[in-house]
Amino acid sequence: MWFEELLIAIKHYLVLQMPGSLQPVGSAFLSCLPIMTSFGGLFALATLLERKMLGRIQNRYGPNRVGPGGLLQPVADGIKMLTKEDIVPKNADHLIHFLAPLGLLVSAMLGLSVIPFGHRLIALDIETGILFFFAVGAASELAIFMAGWGSRNKYALLGALRAIAQMISYEIPLILSALSVLMVVGSLSLSDVVQAQSGGIHTWHIFTPWGFLGCILFLISTLAEINRSPFDIPEAESELIAGHMTEYSGFKYALFFMAEGVAMFAMCALTATLFLGGYHAPFPILSFIPGPVWLFGKLTSLVLLFIWIRGTMPRLRADQLMEFAWKFMLPMSVVNLIAAGIWVALDGGVAAWISSGLLNFVAYFGWSRILSQASRFSPRTYRYAEEAGVSE
Amino acid sequence: MIGKGILKGMVETARNLTGSFHDPDRLTTVEYPEQKIPAKENARNFPFLIYDGDDWETGLRCVSCQICEKECPPQCIYIEKDKEKKPDFLGKMQMQPKIFDIDVSVCMGCQICVEVCPFESIRMDNDFEYAGSDRFKSLLLTKDQLAKSNKYYHSIHPTEAQETDEIRVQKREDHLAKEKAKAEKLAKAKKEAASKAALSKAETAKEE
Ligand code: SF4
Ligand code: SF4
Repeated sequence: MWFEELLIAIKHYLVLQMPGSLQPVGSAFLSCLPIMTSFGGLFALATLLERKMLGRIQNRYGPNRVGPGGLLQPVADGIKMLTKEDIVPKNADHLIHFLAPLGLLVSAMLGLSVIPFGHRLIALDIETGILFFFAVGAASELAIFMAGWGSRNKYALLGALRAIAQMISYEIPLILSALSVLMVVGSLSLSDVVQAQSGGIHTWHIFTPWGFLGCILFLISTLAEINRSPFDIPEAESELIAGHMTEYSGFKYALFFMAEGVAMFAMCALTATLFLGGYHAPFPILSFIPGPVWLFGKLTSLVLLFIWIRGTMPRLRADQLMEFAWKFMLPMSVVNLIAAGIWVALDGGVAAWISSGLLNFVAYFGWSRILSQASRFSPRTYRYAEEAGVSE
Repeated sequence: MIGKGILKGMVETARNLTGSFHDPDRLTTVEYPEQKIPAKENARNFPFLIYDGDDWETGLRCVSCQICEKECPPQCIYIEKDKEKKPDFLGKMQMQPKIFDIDVSVCMGCQICVEVCPFESIRMDNDFEYAGSDRFKSLLLTKDQLAKSNKYYHSIHPTEAQETDEIRVQKREDHLAKEKAKAEKLAKAKKEAASKAALSKAETAKEE
């Protein structure tokens, strides 16, 4: 806690130095500044980490030329992006084309403002924090559609349409799985959610039956929300060039990437807050390490997980993606909600553990069995190849 | 069951990720400018001119017959003859090129110039590291850049160089044999002429 108190004290001191009329603005600015700078820096590091890790997964080195071990690669990338020409198509809607990347970045950054980074270390501590988070997150859909529409390019428009369809479909399981946490905690405020998991690793929501399934569903929907592989069909390179980013170049293109990165961090931070104990240490003995360190650690491990997934899975087809959302994710998140309801009703004892665990277990295995029988979810068979004896 | 295949795949990629740190068999990347794989013997890229001995100007085998210039499909060779002649390895006086340029930005490495050269003077190199900041001049290799020693040829293409040397030895032997035959013939003709002369002298003496 000393670290958080120190930061808050510094901020108060700085605010008091300002003239009275400037103080509210100054205070807001001082709250934003650490978030914007630290996540900007984290984004740069994450791009490098992603390329390095993908390289290793594919048994190659990854970038290792600029600086020691390739550490300065993000700087080189940044310089390259900034010095590139900014081209706007002649027939594009200039205003919308210009506003889209900004809107995307702003909506991603706003989401970070309600995340508690430590005890009392939260830029915007509102009662309905999670509602705010999802509301501004949904604004990114608008920004992506602005990008697709404003560029006057068929690929861009198609990418944007896909993005809208995908984000709206996955928003439902995303919010439903987050809802289970809110039901149990009984508050929409993220500080309360974190406070409910303060007792050490066994109080984290992921170690409950509903939390476990909820966390997995939440992570999958998160991948779809931020258009990351394997749900990156809105910008599928092999089909749509770059989707809604097709007509962007130079700094605006970089802004898109930055917005995507920041949205990923925001989502990971929310996952950590909802299910992984937020800024709390896993064991109370370790709580002398400041909260932000824990939160960033959890966030980074989730980012690593996302990179690992990206290195593993191929892109889904558009119809498979929709089917997965509506036939699997949605039923499972509703079942999970019921399990959370049972947990609340039985007040979290052994009986609650068994009954909600059983419900989730049975639902998952039963439902995936039923779906597997509907041939579309089962592994494909290659009849001709197998007849010719080519199969394994 | 949904998700089993995904977990399997994740384990596989994780194995790659960790394996690439300790298993050199997995990480097969050769970091090019610092590490190089030795070139395969038959690798070839652009032609070069061979010279014998130590001085490239006097040892240059090319006699500027311009056959390669005429045969080169993309016409990237440019030759100008010199007025001065110089002796070749057989001691005959031959022409020599004053200018011999190959534009390697145009050359397609077809080796036709090598096939047609009757004097074994142009062969394929395996150097591929050409780069220039200038579109025209820096990739236009001149005579002095093209001239490389026979020793160098042996180092890059040993088998081929051996064959080339054998051809040249053969040529020299043929040449020597021819010279010898010519000399013998000449000597014989001389002898005959001499004996004829002696005979006719004797006859005239008898008649008188
Ligand atoms: S390289 Fe050979 S073919 Fe070409 S001019 Fe010289 S001697 Fe003639
Ligand atoms: S290798 Fe082919 S293209 Fe190149 S100089 Fe010789 S004949 Fe011309």
